[in-house]
Amino acid sequence: MSFLRFFIARLLTVLVVLSAVILMTISLLGTSMDDILKTSIKQDVVLAVTQDTKLSSNFKNLQDRQHYIDNQIEGTIHAEGLDEPWYSPRSMGTKFLKTMTLDLGRARFLTSDSGSQQVSNIILEKLPKTILLFSTSTIIITFIGLYLGAFSANRIGSLVDRFTSAAAIFSSSAPVFVVGVFMILVFAYFYQVLPARATPLTPPTDPYYILDLLYHMILPLATIILTGFGGWAYITRSLVINILNEDFIAVKRSQGIAEKKIIYSHALKNAAPPVIITVALSLSASLSGALIFETIFNWPGMGLLYFNAINLRDTPVILGQTYVLVLIFLITNFIVDMIYGLIDPRVKLV
Amino acid sequence: MSFKAISNYQIIHEFKNSKIGLFGIAILLFLICISIYAILTIPLDSYRQWNNPNYWINYPKAAMPAWINIFSSLKQPEHLMMDKPIISQQVEEGTITVKNTYKFLFNYDFFPSDFMLNYAVQYGVIPPIVSIQLTRPDGNTFELVSKSLPSAEGNMSSFYDTIYSTQDDIKHNLRSYLHKFSYDVDDSRPEQMLFSSQSGPRVLKGQYMLTQSFTFFNGEDHVLNSQLIVGGKVYGLLGTDELRRDLSIGLLWGTPIALLIGLSVSILSILIGSVYGVMAAYKGKRIEQGMMMIVQFFVSIPTIPILIIFSVSIGQSIFLIIGFLIIFSSVGQALVSRSMGLQIKNFQYVEASKLLGERDTKIVFRHILPQLVPYLFANIALSVPGAILGEAGLSFFGLGDPTIPTWGQIFHDAQTFSATARGLWWWILPPGVMIGITGLAFVLIGYTLESLVNPQKKGN
Repeated sequence: MSFLRFFIARLLTVLVVLSAVILMTISLLGTSMDDILKTSIKQDVVLAVTQDTKLSSNFKNLQDRQHYIDNQIEGTIHAEGLDEPWYSPRSMGTKFLKTMTLDLGRARFLTSDSGSQQVSNIILEKLPKTILLFSTSTIIITFIGLYLGAFSANRIGSLVDRFTSAAAIFSSSAPVFVVGVFMILVFAYFYQVLPARATPLTPPTDPYYILDLLYHMILPLATIILTGFGGWAYITRSLVINILNEDFIAVKRSQGIAEKKIIYSHALKNAAPPVIITVALSLSASLSGALIFETIFNWPGMGLLYFNAINLRDTPVILGQTYVLVLIFLITNFIVDMIYGLIDPRVKLV
Repeated sequence: MSFKAISNYQIIHEFKNSKIGLFGIAILLFLICISIYAILTIPLDSYRQWNNPNYWINYPKAAMPAWINIFSSLKQPEHLMMDKPIISQQVEEGTITVKNTYKFLFNYDFFPSDFMLNYAVQYGVIPPIVSIQLTRPDGNTFELVSKSLPSAEGNMSSFYDTIYSTQDDIKHNLRSYLHKFSYDVDDSRPEQMLFSSQSGPRVLKGQYMLTQSFTFFNGEDHVLNSQLIVGGKVYGLLGTDELRRDLSIGLLWGTPIALLIGLSVSILSILIGSVYGVMAAYKGKRIEQGMMMIVQFFVSIPTIPILIIFSVSIGQSIFLIIGFLIIFSSVGQALVSRSMGLQIKNFQYVEASKLLGERDTKIVFRHILPQLVPYLFANIALSVPGAILGEAGLSFFGLGDPTIPTWGQIFHDAQTFSATARGLWWWILPPGVMIGITGLAFVLIGYTLESLVNPQKKGN
């Protein structure tokens, strides 16, 4: 199979999965999805009429205006097929397209920091914050994990190796949010050295904003790294151990290349891609922890938004968020797949 | 994955020689003991009432656990709830006097936050007289309340009342005892004045005795029930939360629930997943491709957002949550067992039974699946933490089953009342620690089983 065919096949899978998820969601929501869109149409029409001064001056009285608004609303609802039952093809098509383009109207209660009520604005404002925290922590964890793993692979049974194994057990059993709560209690409440709230107080225009942001990120970052690096180190360790048994390593050794160079340069280079892929593919498991984690630290990202939206039963926001998260997840997996396909040609055969 | 057969004896042997395995089993036994204790001793009723605020009205608000007094030199008052007074009855001409006496020790260094008396009486035409006296360790007796109950509406009607320490008549009555104190005592706070020493503004320690006497004028009048609550700052094994709920009840009952969720999800999902995967491997060709496409679909969607949408649209029932978690966690096992099934499928004895004309289902269930059993044990143990965390995650976002409180829900409530920022550690740490150690127990057991089936992964 050529790479292009592999690429197209995976892309099609992504599209099929995405469509299936959207269809499933709008079928599950049924009529309440229609209600969300109808409410948003009503609000849009009223707003449009109020803002259009030329149009407003044409009305003789309030009844006339109300009549016009009602007509407009009915017309739009009919045009989009929302007056039909929720399962009719036209209604489903509208809802499908609206979800795809994140055109979900207004949130019921929540607003973005800039004051907008549009679901898309709210979500797009929170998304970069989540990406910032988790990409930073993932990069740091990658480095610690790879080097600690390689180091303990070379010294099986040593103190560092035992530490790596213990950290791996800690990683897989201690939920990140529990550790987070513990860290806040210790470092922000009992010893008040670090801020518990992860949101910086200085305005983004301030030149010291970056420093303040970093200061506020210390505690959440430390927590993610503390709970995360063990798993990576353990996977790296077992992969490097396998690679160290291979013939080409024996050849390098016989050539008299320093052991340090063999491990960190040759063995690690071969172990890195599968490690990164393995962990990238386990994103789903870490996603739920990440969302909860944000809430604990008041980090203004997708997790906190979920928490608030669910508490207020703000269905448009919940729906939009689910769509965006599924989309990001699918795209990430797709990219990881592509990279894997380029690195390791055997994958394409699966 | 390479494949080999493992006997029961090897499993026992592996555990005997593995410290972490034994440690995992010890934690699991501890959790099982907690579950049995909770089921046997804590009435189901108090657990069922978890989300009913009226049930917890007599409990203290955000009280610390009682055992913190051990670690501090100044003792915080314990919250006392007494509903079994010593009852004595005296009949004189035409009147019956019933005395409910509560004796309690007050050896703490801080004043109680308040006290209140709940009671109910049933009486006829002439209303009874209620009076309350407090006898202090120094021998003084203070008269707190003396009043006639309102006249009955009908014959033998029930009357429910609560006397609070902040009531005006108590303050008024206490003013006549001001001279007994050698300093300027604050008569606007009866709970402090009553428990103050005569010589200075500190707590008078010792045995207190509160007597509530009812004088009835009808033969059939009687007291239905009576309860004294002395409000404190510490309570019970694990304290209470902002909504006055006794956290130990939620936490202890949470253990069997968490084990139930974890084990049912992991066992069912591993069984379903492996039967599905082995079936797909055995059938091969088109059927295999079709079955694996469904698996690929579930593997490629993130669990938590989809579960959130499910819970929001379908409903919040524990069985639905368990069902969703089973579907999402069985797909991973389906992938693994398919690849193992592909190897076993080509073993000679499978070929032989195929040639003998055995049915497909019999070959799968009798000849292929039993080979996977040791692997399944390891995977069951390793997928328990995921299931518990899945439920905890949903509950944390406020989508748990409201009729069945879980650790995740306690965590959710703590977060809603920002317990971390306020330092209410007894509210937020125990559920987290319980989730953590339950996960740890199964991870340790799972690692031990896994190192048996996959020796190259073995640590140290």
